Parts: sequence; structure tokens; C-alpha cells
Amino acid sequence: MSSVLFFIAAIGVISGAVGVVVMRDPFYCVLALVVHLIALAVLFLLLRSEFVAAAQVVVYAGAVMVLYVFVVAYVGGESDTIGERLRGPGPIGSGLRLGGAILAGALLTELLIALLGTGLEAINGYGAGYQPGPQAFGTPAYIGKLLLTRFLLAFETATFLLLIAAVGGVVLARRRGGLGEEDAHQVLTPLDLLRPRGTGTMAEGVGAHVVESHPGSHT
Amino acid sequence: MSIAWYLAVSAIVFSLGAIGVITRRNPLVVLLCLELMLNGGNLLLIAFSRMWGNGDGQILALVVMTVAACEVCIGLGMIVAIYRRNLPIDVDELRELQG
Repeated sequence: MSSVLFFIAAIGVISGAVGVVVMRDPFYCVLALVVHLIALAVLFLLLRSEFVAAAQVVVYAGAVMVLYVFVVAYVGGESDTIGERLRGPGPIGSGLRLGGAILAGALLTELLIALLGTGLEAINGYGAGYQPGPQAFGTPAYIGKLLLTRFLLAFETATFLLLIAAVGGVVLARRRGGLGEEDAHQVLTPLDLLRPRGTGTMAEGVGAHVVESHPGSHT
Repeated sequence: MSIAWYLAVSAIVFSLGAIGVITRRNPLVVLLCLELMLNGGNLLLIAFSRMWGNGDGQILALVVMTVAACEVCIGLGMIVAIYRRNLPIDVDELRELQG
């Protein structure tokens, strides 16, 4: 039963990955990646890691893919394929495609030799022993205990990294008012709230530019 | 199934992602292929974690998923910024930073 499930899920994983690489429309690429992620979660379940599988489905296939779909819909991604490289007038023709395929084939061969050709006896086994239970291997209780005891530093670093990435995403994707709007020369400092208008700086004294400070219309 | 099958699947997924990163031109699809490569690594980590009966690999897989989420956030923000400036969404055309 588990081997049947493994082959179904592995076919889903690999076909989803092939779909991401060869699909013409970026939207279909995203959908193929969703198929890939869900099949990969089935493989994680077969490897007795329930919590990671659930996080994969909820975080990846749920949240991250929704972000991708929104950006693809916003940008309206231009479709391109590997095959268009051949017809295109670009400086690099089919050499790129051929080179990429050769490089990836060499990479695959090397990885397979490195992974399957090792002397590890346990590779041909079915893994360590497993007893089901509330604190068993891979359950949320197990992962939570590890995260809050041995890997506390990694956990905190990951949360901090998420915070930085959220702030960075907002900063990168915000709208920049760079089209000659009035906010180009208006910087509001806390002192502006304390002094009367037009009596502040030397520039205002010589009448270089009168700052009309409406605190709140500077966006 | 024995652990070796999972390792083979992870190697295949990683190589497919590498093909995509090298040959596709749309940066959105390049990001998707990067996700493929990270997922290949995740599957490898979890397979070895199951092999030794040790939870460290699963923690590392969760950290990799966090890093992937951050990478998606920053990458999509950059793509939206590129689009706002009416630059071409094409990694071959965006060569101003080339040395």
C-alpha cells in the first residue's frame, strides 16, 4: 500500500516539476507548482513527518502560492518557453538550452552517484523504528519540543528573518511618489510641530521656498 | 519504499529546478524553479531524518521553508518594483548591473 502511494506521489512530484519548467504561461507554472507541493506533502507523510507535511500544505500551497497568483495576475506575466529561445533573435540561441540540459544532466548523474552510491547500508532500509503515540517522531509535540529546547536559537532567528523579510517586501513593493509631486522637498521633523509656520530655517528666512506644512498631507 | 527511492526523487526534482533556473527568462518562473530546488533539498533532509530517526532534519526543513518564504517575499517585491518602473520582465533584458 505504501509503495503504491509512493509511486503515485512521486509521479505527481516529478510531473509537477516538469510542468513548472516547460509550461508556457506563468500562471500554469504556478498551478503545476501547487500540484508538486501537494504531492510532496504526501511524500513527507510517507516519511512520518506529519507536522512538516501540514506546514507544507498550509504555508506553501496555501499562502505562498496565493502570493504568486496575485503577482502573476498583477504583472500579467509574458509567456515564454524554452523553445522560443530557438526562434528568438537573441545573442544566445539554442546553445543555452543545450548547455542547460547538459549541465543539469551532469548534475543529476553526479547527485545520483553521490546519493545512491554511498556505502551507507541504511539507505536500502526503511528507516529507524517507529512507534505511534502522542509524542512520536514527527508529530507537532515532537517538533515543538525540539524547536523550543535544542533549536531555540534557530527558531528565534527564523522569526526575526521573517520580520525583516516582511518589512523589506513592503519597502520594495510600495508606490514611490517620484513623478514631481509635492512631497519631494517636504520632510516633517518633530520640530515642525513646535514652531510657528515660516519661522524655522534659514532657507525660509531668505525665502528660498516656503514650506506649506500641512501635517498629514505629505503622503 | 526504501530511503533510496526518496533520494532519487529529490535528486530529480533538484535537477529539474536547475534546468528551469538556467533556461527560463521570466523572473517569476525563475523564482518558482528556485522553489523546486529548495523542495528537493527539503525532501532529502526529511528522508535522512527518517533514516536516522532523528528530528534535526525536520527542524532544518522547517527553517528552509522559512527562508524560502522570505525569498519569495523579497523576490516578488522586486518583480513588482520592476513592473512599476515599466522595465521588461525578463532576466536577459535586465542587465544594467552587469559589470
